Amino acid sequence: MEFQNILIQVDGQVATIRLNRPKVLNALNGQTMDELCQALDGFEVDPEVRVVVLTGDERAFAAGADIGEFAGVTPVGMLEGPRGKRWERIRAFPKPLIAAVSGYCLGGGCELAMACDIIVASETARFGQPEINLGILPGAGGTQRLPRAVGKHRAMEMILTGRHISAQQAYEWGLVNRVVPPEALLDEAYALAREIASKAPVAVRLAKAAVLKSLDTPLEVGLDYERRLFALAFGTEDKEEGVRAFLEKRKPVFQGR
Amino acid sequence: MEFQTLRWELADGVLTLTLNRPEVLNAVNDRMAEELLDALRRAARDPEVRSVILTGAGRAFCSGQDLRERAAGEVSYAQHIRTRYAPVILQLQGLEKPVVAAVNGVAAGAGASLALACDLRVASEEASFLQAFTRIGLVPDSGATFFLPRLVGLGKAFEMCYLAEAVPAEEALRLGLVNWVVPGPELMAKAREVAGRLATGPTRAYGLTKRALLRNLRADLATALDYEAMLQDAAGRTEDHREGVQAFLEKRPPRYTGR
Repeated sequence: MEFQNILIQVDGQVATIRLNRPKVLNALNGQTMDELCQALDGFEVDPEVRVVVLTGDERAFAAGADIGEFAGVTPVGMLEGPRGKRWERIRAFPKPLIAAVSGYCLGGGCELAMACDIIVASETARFGQPEINLGILPGAGGTQRLPRAVGKHRAMEMILTGRHISAQQAYEWGLVNRVVPPEALLDEAYALAREIASKAPVAVRLAKAAVLKSLDTPLEVGLDYERRLFALAFGTEDKEEGVRAFLEKRKPVFQGR
Repeated sequence: MEFQTLRWELADGVLTLTLNRPEVLNAVNDRMAEELLDALRRAARDPEVRSVILTGAGRAFCSGQDLRERAAGEVSYAQHIRTRYAPVILQLQGLEKPVVAAVNGVAAGAGASLALACDLRVASEEASFLQAFTRIGLVPDSGATFFLPRLVGLGKAFEMCYLAEAVPAEEALRLGLVNWVVPGPELMAKAREVAGRLATGPTRAYGLTKRALLRNLRADLATALDYEAMLQDAAGRTEDHREGVQAFLEKRPPRYTGR
């Protein structure tokens, strides 16, 4: 695969996608999003890859959409364009996605981070949905995922004022999992990624699906869904290995079967 | 550098920033606050700068807010503090290089806060610290209520803020408000000695140390230990760390480059 706007790296069972348009603070234009989706397509079917880390550079995770691409676009153009499909691709990625965020994480960048499963932030990270300042609103999940992450009133404040919040504030509000010094950002993200990669991959996948289901389904339906996935895990070899290793007081060796 | 209210002098890795409005005891006007912020940002970016001295021209270090400028049709005090002073104080504390205040005379109000926001303070015998705010019916600002209790304890902080009396250099030394007191003519020599020594040290390690000390003022032990551990990995990857270990093994003085 030849990418221009992202860099790909696979180290053992952990893949990294690095947004790589530093001159525009990693603004998410169509091509970047397409490349990101292609990379995810590849990682989804690659059995070696168990966890994906998504990151930017020190100054920006992603400062937002490429606003230039918005000029002159009609409602129909927006609806029929490829945007929805791209974001749906990210949402449906079945393996764990860890966002490692440094610097600006705004607009579409913030929505991209929120589409991930875990967010590790550098102390320099700034989160926000500034779309209101452009006379639009978040359009890639911001109005749906932000309230789920920080609660209605905080989400309203961020979305209606367009103000940014600091990494520490994001941590206190539950938007990010942890805040670390900028120098430790990738170490921390990879430590988490490797830990998750060492677990039974099928169970990890099922657990991710179950947790995501909890956010948009009534409890009764969610519990039923969980019970079915729980039963499904009992069909894996890794379940046998995990239980046996526990009883034998040794570390399990998972095969992903 | 094209500053009007500051002097920027860089020599041997030591940047000396001199507040330069001696005719008004270096009172801070909007221009000075802007220039100071700009200078501190440049100092952070410039790899030639490895330590900083902040001092005042003439007989005062800094007399605080220029009240004449304030009087003219003004936005709210809060707005003024947020846009003028807070960024400077945060920049001083966020600058990951050692910063030494050479307090040559009175440091009053926001001027005292500037000195307190530095990492180390050398004072001349003529220096004094004055929390003047309550004299004109205001509260200490620019970080005074944050730094003072941490440096001198709550009781003394109350005394300084309530009574608003000048604390002379010798007493400041006894209180831990300053690190050294020297006769006036020797002030800059002492400041350069300290800053010069720091300018030849492992700059990144100093910067990370500064960050850890400041952050861990507000942390619990477990968080502080974890933070130190993360910074140690970062420091461990610096060239200066390798040089330090190598020099130790070879029983020679290290030659640090700040990388």
